[in-house]
Parts: sequence; structure tokens; C-alpha cells
Amino acid sequence: MNLFGTKTFAHGIHPPESKDDTSGLPIRQFPFAPSLVVPLSQHIGKPAIAVVREGQEVTRGQCIAKPDGFISVAMHAPASGTVRRIGLTPSITGKMVPGIFIEPFPASTQEILEGTACDASTADTQEIVAAVQQSGVVGLGGAGFPTHAKLQIPEGKFVDILVINGAECEPFLTTDHRVMLEHAEDVMAGIPYLMKATGASKTIIAVEANKPDAAETLRAAIPQDLEIEVEVLPVKYPQGAEKLLISALLGREIPSGGLPLDVHTLCVNVGTTAEIGQLLPHGKGIQERVITIGGPAVKNKGNYRIQIGTPLRFVLETVGVEEDITRVFLGGPMMGQAVSSMDIPITKGTTGVIAFSARETGFLDGHKQYPCIRCGYCLEACPIFLNPSQLGLLAEQDQHERMVDDFHLMDCFECGCCTFVCPSHIPLVQQFRIAKAAVRRMKAPV
Amino acid sequence: MRQWAKTLEIRSSPHIASGKSVDDIMLNVVLALLPVTGFAIYAFGLAALITLTAAVVSCLVTEHVLCRLTGRNSSVGDWSVVVTGLLYGLTLPPGLAIWMVVVGGIMAVGLGKFLFGGLGYNPFNPALVGRAMLQAAFPVAMTTWPAMPVDKFTQVPSSTLAWPFTEPVYDSISGATPLAGWKFDRVMTEPADLLMGYVSGSTGETCALLILLGGVYLAMRKMMSWRIPTAILLTVAICSGLLQLNDPTKYAGPLFMLFSGGLMLGAVFMATDMVASPMTHLGSVLYGILIGLLVVVIRVWGGMPEGVMYAILLSNAVSPHIDNWIQPRVYGTKKRGQTP
Repeated sequence: MNLFGTKTFAHGIHPPESKDDTSGLPIRQFPFAPSLVVPLSQHIGKPAIAVVREGQEVTRGQCIAKPDGFISVAMHAPASGTVRRIGLTPSITGKMVPGIFIEPFPASTQEILEGTACDASTADTQEIVAAVQQSGVVGLGGAGFPTHAKLQIPEGKFVDILVINGAECEPFLTTDHRVMLEHAEDVMAGIPYLMKATGASKTIIAVEANKPDAAETLRAAIPQDLEIEVEVLPVKYPQGAEKLLISALLGREIPSGGLPLDVHTLCVNVGTTAEIGQLLPHGKGIQERVITIGGPAVKNKGNYRIQIGTPLRFVLETVGVEEDITRVFLGGPMMGQAVSSMDIPITKGTTGVIAFSARETGFLDGHKQYPCIRCGYCLEACPIFLNPSQLGLLAEQDQHERMVDDFHLMDCFECGCCTFVCPSHIPLVQQFRIAKAAVRRMKAPV
Repeated sequence: MRQWAKTLEIRSSPHIASGKSVDDIMLNVVLALLPVTGFAIYAFGLAALITLTAAVVSCLVTEHVLCRLTGRNSSVGDWSVVVTGLLYGLTLPPGLAIWMVVVGGIMAVGLGKFLFGGLGYNPFNPALVGRAMLQAAFPVAMTTWPAMPVDKFTQVPSSTLAWPFTEPVYDSISGATPLAGWKFDRVMTEPADLLMGYVSGSTGETCALLILLGGVYLAMRKMMSWRIPTAILLTVAICSGLLQLNDPTKYAGPLFMLFSGGLMLGAVFMATDMVASPMTHLGSVLYGILIGLLVVVIRVWGGMPEGVMYAILLSNAVSPHIDNWIQPRVYGTKKRGQTP
């Protein structure tokens, strides 16, 4: 879709961006928590297998869990310290998951252990895929899909254009923005690995128009020998959804149920790319990531480089929050997950921690719900042209089969635009999540 | 710091909302109708004020009483019933007996809205249901346009105050409406007079300019589908234009057709009732074209001078079928509304 000379997708919404508080703040190193918990599953796929024992001393960056199969990644010690326990820890989903508890040494230099280097100019595809898997890198935009699994192009498919996703369309979040500004050279160092592994001949870095400084910095950092373009897109949510981003940039429409690979593209988050560019030349594993801590209830807002496994309680106590916080979520306000326990750890997929206090809840919700008045706002908001109004009426009657067969329920990627615009305050996307889960349960083999 | 967990609310995303709400939209429709309402009172005086007040109050009371009787929370606070009452009042002839206004108001809300389940479930525009009931029950009163007293801001025509269940008596009758004049006597009214509202007709339908103003306001605030009125008006203009080219002595031209009768009020405020109109863009256009065609057919070949009300009600009935038929093409799929 190319209207009036600017590339974007159709529909979508314009929520308040709320990025000004943190977009100008440089990334700062966060202190080490007295106890860290590394969950064995921070990605989509099989959990990693612990390769350390309780009581064992580990060095920062040391591999403490190895991948179990191909769709799985390694875990690395976020700090030099002692493995106190291997047991269950609460997670964002509410379930208890296995994790490795590490107590950092109080007076350590916390230098990062290096492994076998992987050079983009000499390594072949298999070596890069293996190195990425060993580095433990997963989609840092929040999806958490193992990146190396995307780089393994199946027989008979090919990729011509690589898309680096720096849209960051979620309100409040500024991590990708800061990474592009401060680590442009890492992004440029990461791209050759991705291009070599996938065979892509061209790379497009997509940045939303509210980050002109990031686009400038990236443009200046483009190396001579690579075909890389920086494309500035108008601000609109959910531009960062890979399907829509690819449509906006290239005009290619990914078939329902398909992958970007089906239209010969691959989409990788800019933070993930920077991480690969930083880790692979030294054979390091990922042990920290950049996270935006913001929201009206946070006192010291900012972008922090935080050790993976840092408990949320420690994060909030360190930055300081209002006493009456009513809602904390990981990720942005449109798709982020609300937190039920303060003991969950920061994981590889955590893009932000946003806190609201009781005084701010008017902005959030709690409005009176009305019946659907068929205004059609949701149809105009849905970026993939679903009929949320109809789906909502069917969801109330539990007509899941019709929702799937006639109204494409399973294509919904839960961006939340429909709920955002609904003047009747009907929890549309929430109903769709429940319906999708029910459908998956029915289809799952017994 | 342990008490944190106790104050935490756990909800599924999104955690923010646009802030628009149903009562907000309805209130804006009322605001958009205020200039029209003001002009109605200026043009017809106390009689219009009484008609409009009786219409709004009867609708509000009906809604409140029915809510209470069925054990629901009263929904009069959401402004939707004020919209219904006001629109209903604006379609009535000034000087209509108060008791008739009240009967129609009860019907509009009770039959047109509440019987189907209240807000969001009415298949027809409730205001037009009320008016249609009156048209069927009191055809003479609904098509008689009493002349306003000279001192219209202090006196009302005697028909307004007719005793309940009695036929109103008219002191004097004003000229025919422009449409009736054309239909039965081939008398043409100047389009400029129609635009400015210096003609006889229902309380709110006479000043096309102010109706358009309200419509533009709502469309700019994205609280009304601009496609529906545009499609209706274009269809009427094109059809009447073609007919006039065919035989100018027999058929009125587009300007007269557009600005006479209830077309403007109907196209801008009645046909766009969100609940009773299609949701997709293409559906809205088809629905508008259907209304436009029906208006022309009824006005030109029907027995009545005016057909906007029936055109809209009939199209309301078709609207759910249009919505079933026309679904948006989902991203990544081939055809509209079909699984790949």
C-alpha cells in the first residue's frame, strides 16, 4: 500500500505514543540483583536442559543450559556466582516453570566469558545457524521465537529481502529506538550474519517517523559493501507486526496461515540483530538486554541494560514506584501482559516494564460496557480486515466453529486495535484469545 | 513493599483505550441536531417547541419505565434515547396534537427499540418506526400543515392542544409542502427557499443547510458514515437528473429533489443510524444507493408525495443481509468473506 507517497499498511490506530519520557534517555547499566532466576524456557519451543548442578560456581556468560532439539536455544549465566537451586519459579503466564537460581558473587568484576568466535565473512550458513542457537538469541521484540530457526531456510524456499524491524509501534517502549541510536554499528555488524545465512541480497531497516534521529544514525552507519536501505514509515500501530511491515515495505501479502518466507522475506527485530552483531564475533551468549521502564507510576524512568533473570520486584524497587500501583505489565500497553506476581524474572522477551498507579486507571479502562452499536470502528481499525464486531457477537454465543470457518478467527494476531477503539468497551480481543485457545484445545490430539 | 501484589489488577491487554464511548457519540449527535432544532423553533415557534419537547420527554419516560419494568438499569443516561426522541420530533408536522406525539413516542421506543432488546438491537431506526405508526394511524393529521399563528412564539395552533383521542381541529391550513405541491398541482418551489428553509414541512426537515452542517460536523468527528448520505444524495440527484432530461415537464430536477421534503434529514441523520445500517464501506454505499432509488421510485411513481421514511425503513430491513453478504477481504485470503 503506497498512498500519498508514504509507505504504510491500511487501517490500524493511533494510540498516544507516550514515548517522550524515555526516548531521550541513554541506555544505563542496571545493578545486579542479589538473586537471579534464569527460566529454562524463555522462547517458543522446547525448554533448554540444565547443564549445571546446585552448588556449582558459574562464570558470567557460561552456558548453563543447552538446547533440547532444534527449536530450542542455550541459556547463559547472567552473572558470575553460585547456582543455589534448580527449581520452579513463577512466570508471566501465571504458571510455575523450571529455572536456575544464581546468587552473584558480591565482589566480582563480572567479566563476560568468551567462546568460539564466528566470523561473518568466513562462516557458512550452518555455522551461523549453530552459533546463533548457541548464543541463545531469540526474537527480542517479544515473540521469543528462536532466531536461528528462522535463519534455517527450508529446501526449495529462498529469501531475497531481509527486513529489520525497528518500527517499535507500541506506546511507551523506546528500547529499539535507543539501540538504533547507540548501537547502530552492532546492527550493521549483525546484518551480514543474517544476510549470509538466509541468502538475502538486500536489507531494509524499517523505522517509524517518530524516530528520525535513529534513521539518520543508521543511514550514516551503513557499510559500503552491503546493500542496506533505511525506510521511514508513518507512525501507526501495529506497524511492527511483521505481516503488516512486509506489506507496507514491499507490497507483498503473506498468505493466511503462512510465514514471511512464503513471500521470500524474513523479518528480524532490530534489537535481535544488534545482539547478534555484538555476541557472535566473540562467541558470547546473551546474558542481558535493554528494557524500557516507564509508565506514570515509575519514578526513575529510563532505558536500562538489565541482566536476564533479574526479579521484577528488584527492578521496581531499584527504579522506585508509587505506593499505589494497580497495574504492571511487561511489554507495551497494547499487547503487553499484566503481571500477577512480583517474583517473576526479566526474560529475553521482555521489552519493557510499564507501571500505572490507581490515579491513572481512568486512562486504562473500567468504563461502562454497552451493547455493540455496530458503529464499524473495529472494522476500520483491524489491520488484517477481520470483522471483530461479528466475531464478538459469535464469541458471546460460543460459536467457535463459525468464528474460525466464516470469519477467520485464527488469522487474528491479537494486536488489540478493536478493543482500543470500541466505544461500547466490549473486550473483543480478549474474547478472541479465549476462543482461539478453546479452538486449539479442540484441535489438539488427545 | 509486599502489599503491592494486593493492589495489582490483572487484565488482558490492551491496557489503554481510545476514550470514545457510546454516550459520547450520542451526545455529539444531539449537538449536531441543535442548529436544526433551533431553526425549527425559530421557524414554527411555540408549536415546534411543544412538539419536540413532547417527543423527547415521551421517549425518555417510555425508556425509563420499560427499563424499570423489566428489571434493568435505566439506560436513559446514554443519550441514545434523546437522539431518538429529538429525531422523531423533527420528523413531525408542527402543530400535531400533543397526545399523538406522545403515542408515537411510546411506539418509537417501545416497539422500535425496546421490544428488540434495546440499544444496539433495533433493526429499524426507532424514530422512523414511531413516525410510521403515526402515519398509519393518523394519516390526515400527519399530512396537514396548520398555519402558525401570527404571534407564533406565544400562541399555538389549536390543533396542538387537541384533547386526547379526539380529532384535532385546524383554524387554518398553510400552503402545501413543496413535494405535495409538485406532485398534485405541479407547483415548483425555488431551490434557494428550500435550502434556507422558508417553506412548510415537518419541524426539522425544512432547512437543508443546517442539516448538512450537522452532518459535516459528525462526519469530521468520525461519528457518522459520510458514505451513506453521499450515496443517497448522489443516487437521487443522478436519477432525478436523468428523468428530468427525459421529460422536464413531468419530472422535477435534482436540486428540487435533493432539498425538498425529508430527504436531507433522512439521509444525514436517519439512514446513518449505526445500529440499523451496514458496517462495511461497500455495504454502506450499496445501502445508500438502495435508499436513493427507493426515494425516487416512491416520490415519482408512488401514491405519496414523500417516500424517505419508507425508503429508509425498507433499507434498514435489508441492511443485515448486506452485512452478511459483504464481508471485508481478510489479509492473506483470496475472496471477500470466504475461507481460502
